[in-house]
Amino acid sequence: MQTAAKKTSVATVWSWLENVPDPEIPVISVVDLGIVRDVVWVDDRLVISVTPTYSGCPATAVISLEIENELRRHDVEKVEIKTILSPAWTTDWITEAGRQKLKDYGIAPPVNGAASCAGALMRPAFSAVECPHCGSSETKCVSQFGSTPCKASYRCEECLEPFDYFKSF
Amino acid sequence: MDDNSVHELALRMGDNCLILGQGLSAWCGHAPALEEDIALANIALDLIGQTKHWLGLAADLSSEKKTADDLAFLRDVREFKNCLLVEQSNGDYGNTLMRQFLFDAWHYPVLEALVKSSDKRIADIAEKSIKEVTYHLERSTDLVIRLGDGSAESNKRMQGALNRLWRYTGELTEPDSIDDALADSGIAPDLGEIRKKHTQYLAAALREAMLTIPDGEQMQSGGKRGLHTEGFGYLLGEMQVLQRSNPGAKW
Ligand SMILES: [Zn+2]
Repeated sequence: MQTAAKKTSVATVWSWLENVPDPEIPVISVVDLGIVRDVVWVDDRLVISVTPTYSGCPATAVISLEIENELRRHDVEKVEIKTILSPAWTTDWITEAGRQKLKDYGIAPPVNGAASCAGALMRPAFSAVECPHCGSSETKCVSQFGSTPCKASYRCEECLEPFDYFKSF
Repeated sequence: MDDNSVHELALRMGDNCLILGQGLSAWCGHAPALEEDIALANIALDLIGQTKHWLGLAADLSSEKKTADDLAFLRDVREFKNCLLVEQSNGDYGNTLMRQFLFDAWHYPVLEALVKSSDKRIADIAEKSIKEVTYHLERSTDLVIRLGDGSAESNKRMQGALNRLWRYTGELTEPDSIDDALADSGIAPDLGEIRKKHTQYLAAALREAMLTIPDGEQMQSGGKRGLHTEGFGYLLGEMQVLQRSNPGAKW
């Protein structure tokens, strides 16, 4: 058991959290996703600050539970998960490793300024999203809203495969 | 500034998100195309998520020990402070889209201003919400333009929806004494400023959509005072039935 006298280093705790998968995209960890914002000991309590990806993301509660379970596995007795809203989560916080894992899994990682299907009155410029299957930039946004709140639906004009795009947020 | 006005603001924002989210959820499995079905479900989810933030704040500020769930499921018609626009029935798909567009075009500039609120609790929720609402507004604008400037039938339906819903847009930027107090203390924006932005945005998009704003319409209001339209009781009945008939039910 952890006591106030014997606390695991914060760096080690971060490495444990790298084993906690995102429940919806299990190849990527909560650390890769950039939603763990802070790890700190307050007396004998380990306080983990987590920020939601989307306000209504159903995975948020599961993520808190899985972080807690992981820490319990390492015999941390007192855990507090703190939800913070500000600064709001951005896909810029997804790590390089995380972006690569998304791509390998078949989800195009976020591109700044992309994911605009509309551009009617807003966001006129957009950059190309690369097909995660064949690498072509000849892709088309089918819908900005995909299988989960964080994804858009795309189609590759080159290999004709549909794919998910982790939209820039 | 007393917390009563902040409480009221949180209720109004939260109730707007909740009631619109509830209406949109009814499309799940019924939308005209799979992509539309998924989009509406996602937008409903965003709005319900935002509701959790707003009503969570309102619950924290209430004198009794209440939760966001208590506020959503155990209040009666007169206690809801949402605007009349969001409680209008879904109607056809065009009507649902027009309702969304008229609301998003107001929601966005309000959140943009609330990000700079002097109350950090409000600013934090706005900062989170506006990222989601940016996508909502982009989508509803695009679809209103495409359908308005589409076939004769789609234009007719969108114009019909605009004619039906226009009377509920005035209330969105009609200040009462609480709005004035909130604006004076820098917690919420001056609704006159929001009105300018809302009107400008609607005019530009609707012009591009080849739709005509109804002339000389008598505006309806009352939502902020808890005076709702006829269908609202049914909407609440459906939304609250589970908690009302099984108090404290959890899953
Ligand atoms: Zn391809």
